[in-house]
Formats: sequence, C-alpha cells, structure tokens
Amino acid sequence: MHNKTLAELNLGLQAKKFSSVELTQFFLNRIDKHIQLNAYITVTPELALAQAKAADQRLAKGTSDLLTGIPIAQKDIFCTHGVVTTCGSKMLANFTAPYNATVVEKFNQSGAVMLGKLNMDEFAMGSSNETSYYGAVKNPWDINTVPGGSSGGSAAAVSARLAACATGTDTGGSIRQPAALCGITGLKPTYGRVSRYGMIAYASSLDQGGPMTRSAEDAAIMLQTMAGFDEKDSTSVNLPVPDYRADLNKSLVGLKIGLPKEFFGEGLNEDVAKTLALAIDEYRKLGAEIVDISMPNLKLAIPAYYVIAPAECSANLSRFDGVRYGYRCESPVDLTDLYTRSRGEGFGKEVKRRILMGTYALSTGYYDAYYLKAQKIRRLISEDFKTALASVDVIMGPVTPSTAFGIGEKMDDPIAMYLSDIYTIAINLAGVPAMSIPAGFVAGMPVGLQLIGDYFSEDRLLNIAHQYQQVTDWHNFIPTGFE
Amino acid sequence: MSLTADDVNKIAHLARLGIDKQDVAAYANDLSGMLDLMTKMSEVNTDDIEPMAHPMDQAQRLRVDVVTELNHREEFQAIAPQVEAGLYLVPKVIE
Repeated sequence: MHNKTLAELNLGLQAKKFSSVELTQFFLNRIDKHIQLNAYITVTPELALAQAKAADQRLAKGTSDLLTGIPIAQKDIFCTHGVVTTCGSKMLANFTAPYNATVVEKFNQSGAVMLGKLNMDEFAMGSSNETSYYGAVKNPWDINTVPGGSSGGSAAAVSARLAACATGTDTGGSIRQPAALCGITGLKPTYGRVSRYGMIAYASSLDQGGPMTRSAEDAAIMLQTMAGFDEKDSTSVNLPVPDYRADLNKSLVGLKIGLPKEFFGEGLNEDVAKTLALAIDEYRKLGAEIVDISMPNLKLAIPAYYVIAPAECSANLSRFDGVRYGYRCESPVDLTDLYTRSRGEGFGKEVKRRILMGTYALSTGYYDAYYLKAQKIRRLISEDFKTALASVDVIMGPVTPSTAFGIGEKMDDPIAMYLSDIYTIAINLAGVPAMSIPAGFVAGMPVGLQLIGDYFSEDRLLNIAHQYQQVTDWHNFIPTGFE
Repeated sequence: MSLTADDVNKIAHLARLGIDKQDVAAYANDLSGMLDLMTKMSEVNTDDIEPMAHPMDQAQRLRVDVVTELNHREEFQAIAPQVEAGLYLVPKVIE
C-alpha cells in the first residue's frame, strides 16, 4: 500500500479496496516501526483516525476529492489548530497553535488525513536537520548520514514511506536539497503561489511552501490543493491556478534546456556531475535541445542570501519575547531579563547565529554596506534568471554539490554548511519555481537534478519532470529496510 | 572584516538575546567568517541598481477598513506563559 501513487490510492479508496481508516492505521504502524528515523516530532493517531473515519463517510457519499482519505504529514512549521506546532524549537515546545495555516486548512477541506508533524531544522535554519531541538533526522538510505534540511523530516518520511506525501518549505533550498539527498521529488513554487499564512516565518521575502512527494504526478496533485490566492497573505499572488496534471504528458520535443556553466564548475563532485550528464542525455533522447548558458552573478547568491535571510529572520523572530506565547525563563528579575533569558534559553545556536548576523547587518552604520548592497545584488541575480529564461525554457543543474554528508560532519563549521546550498539559494532570491527530481545514485546514495523555470511555470516544470519519470525509474527506488 | 567579543555582546544586547559567555568567542569567529563571505559583494559595482526587496515587485495590497477578525482573547491567552484578569503579566516596569 505504501508504494502506491496518490492517484492509485485515490482509485483504491474510491473502489473500496481499502478504507481510509485501514490506510491510515497502516501508515501509523509504519511510523511506529521506523521511529528510529526521528522523522516526526508529533504523531497524531487519534486525530488521524477521526479524520480517516470522516473521509470514509465522504467517500461513501461520493463527495470526495483527489486527496480525501489519503494520509499525509505536515512540516512542523505549519500551524495546526489544537496540535502542538514547534517549528523544531524549544521556544515553541509548548505552543498549541490557535489557528490553522491556510495550507493546512486546504488539506482539511480536501479531506486529507494528517498523520502528524514532521521534524525540521529549528525555525527552518539549517541544511542537515541537525539544528532541530528534537534531535537529528536520519537519512533512510544510510542512517549515518543527514537527510538534508530544513525539511529533513518531510524528505525522510516520504522516502521511507511513512506518509503518502508531505509538505515542506523552502527559503534557500529547504525543499529541494533534502528531496535530492533522500531521493524524492520536491517542488518550490514561485514566490506568492502558495499562501504563507500560518507558516511560521523565517525570511518572509524568500519563504515558500511546496509539495514533497515520490513523483512529479503526485507533486502536481498536491500543489493543486496547496496553490492559490489567499487574502490572509499580503504577498499571495492573485493569478488563476492551472490544472497541474493537464500538461503532464506533453511532448518535450523542441524543449530548450539551458545549462549554466557556473553550475558545473569547481566544487561539484565528479560522480554527481557524471550522473547529471546521463540525466541530461535522457532529455536529449526525449527531443530536447541543450544550450550552454552563463549566469555570471550566481556566485554572489550565498553572500547576498546570508545578509537578507538573517536580516529578515532577526526581525521576524523578535516576536518571540516570552510574553504572549512560547517559552518563558524562570523568575525573570525585570523586563530586559525576561526577554534576554527567554530568547537565550529558547533558541538554539544556529538561530542565534542568524539573529546576531541579521541584527548586525541592519544596525546603524552597516545597513547600506550589507543590507542595501545585498538587495542590489539580489536584483542582479534576478536579472540573470530573466535573461536566461528569455532564451531557454528551463534551466537545469545540480541541487547539491555531493550526496548526503555524515551526521555531525559539518556541525562545527557553519560556513561549510552554508556552502552546501550553493545551487539552490539563487532561485529563492529571484523567486522563480524549481524542482529536485531523483536522477540516479552515487555509491548507493541518491542524486537530485534541479529544474528551474520561469515565474508561475510550475505546470511546465511538472511536465518536464514527469516525462523524465516516464523513461527512468530512479523515483521508484526504495531504501533497503523500507520496502 | 572581523568582529570582537565586545562587538558580539553589543549585537546580542541589541537583539535582547542571551548568549552563554563561553560561546561568545565562537560567535565572533563564525560571524567574522560570514562577513568574509560577504566581501565578494563589494567587488561588484551596484551604483545604478535598484534594490530588490521582493521577488514580485508588486505594491502592497490594501483591503477595506472593516473588522474581519473575531475576538480570540481567551484562546490566545490560554497559550500565554502568565496572564491574569485578561492581561499579560511581565515583571514590574513602573516603580
């Protein structure tokens, strides 16, 4: 049952081959059995079974949706009414959200079943899931390696079949990088496509939620539910949502693929590069034309990102003050002590590092040199994408410089950790959509291929990914022990 | 550019962020490393470039000025660390 696609699960439920309660119990048992992966922070069996029961009634009535009765899981960054929402932090260990995120609300309306809340790097800051207050998540392909981050729990859960699909969020690569390292399909939509309401903010001009699934077709189904205008999010874009499955089978003959030389230079593992070259060959066989391009400002993405994201983070996280919700220190002597110690004891090291960096970049005398400069660089990077996408249909490249690294390997060197996001960060700065799809293995570990498209071209990206998944079966491989 | 322990303490104070004494040197080192990364930005001339704050370059949407939210005080206060008589409690600020 755990290897069925979302469309197959839907058909099975419609045809009464199994009930949603049976399907939900089946996934709950798997979660229990593989608890050592630490993919979940909170499992919600009672809620899940109640939702499954309601879904079965809806299925019987014939009023079901594509996702009705299908067990999914939410990254613990999405507020869930009445369910603890931690964002991977001690700060929110006791925070029961008083409302639902729009994304959660949409899944509830579709009748999807929520199995629980998935582990993540604290406040989505990290590339390995090791900054979670709730412990590191293990990569199902090799439990001594990281699943990537920050949506590491989501990627591990989908890869190990502990949920039919999962949500993730991506600020600098947090959907695509873990998807690549765990061998699943991840899509970061165009900024503004999916509502951010109730999605705990890290860097508001970069954050975007999206689907993490086993295939492009599943991602299309999930995005269909997630996408759309939301009045409650002032940055939500009011554009119609296309039928994301309508064009999946469109031919790729004549597709123009751009390969930026900056993506294939020094720093990219040789075996990963060879694997990606084979994937590009598949596209050539599908009738695509490959063009070499250059995006000279990509090298500035990491410096610009590590000004902009921490600056926005330091502003966003100022709301955690120990007064209205979340962690409060014991016996504060005065108001400053209350703020300082609640924040000092509630946040972990990486979060503190970024708050400090952001506070510094925004402080008097440094604002122009760092923040303003970074915003100008952001414009240059964005122009690079516009120029490239005017001459090609899609940009392809690596997602990560290498396959999954060892747990603990980069924790003492934050800069090395930041550099592991070198191929994903620029996309968030520009705001364009991008995917990671499974493209093969190096020494038994998954490699992801990145597809980057123009603003609001999610349907095209899904088509390009789906066509590849029709002629390859990398996305169907299952880690040993989880068959 | 490198930051000193003093700088880190000053920034931490601005952010009202408690940091352990034994970690200050490490933060100074990490932040200096991040600032080194950023020197790459100064190699590029950006004099005539318009800063980009938002990917969509769109104006902030306005809504009609009418009440849309219901009162959630009890629900919100139920998750607060310390409340009394509908108020949020903090240490005494006025003598």
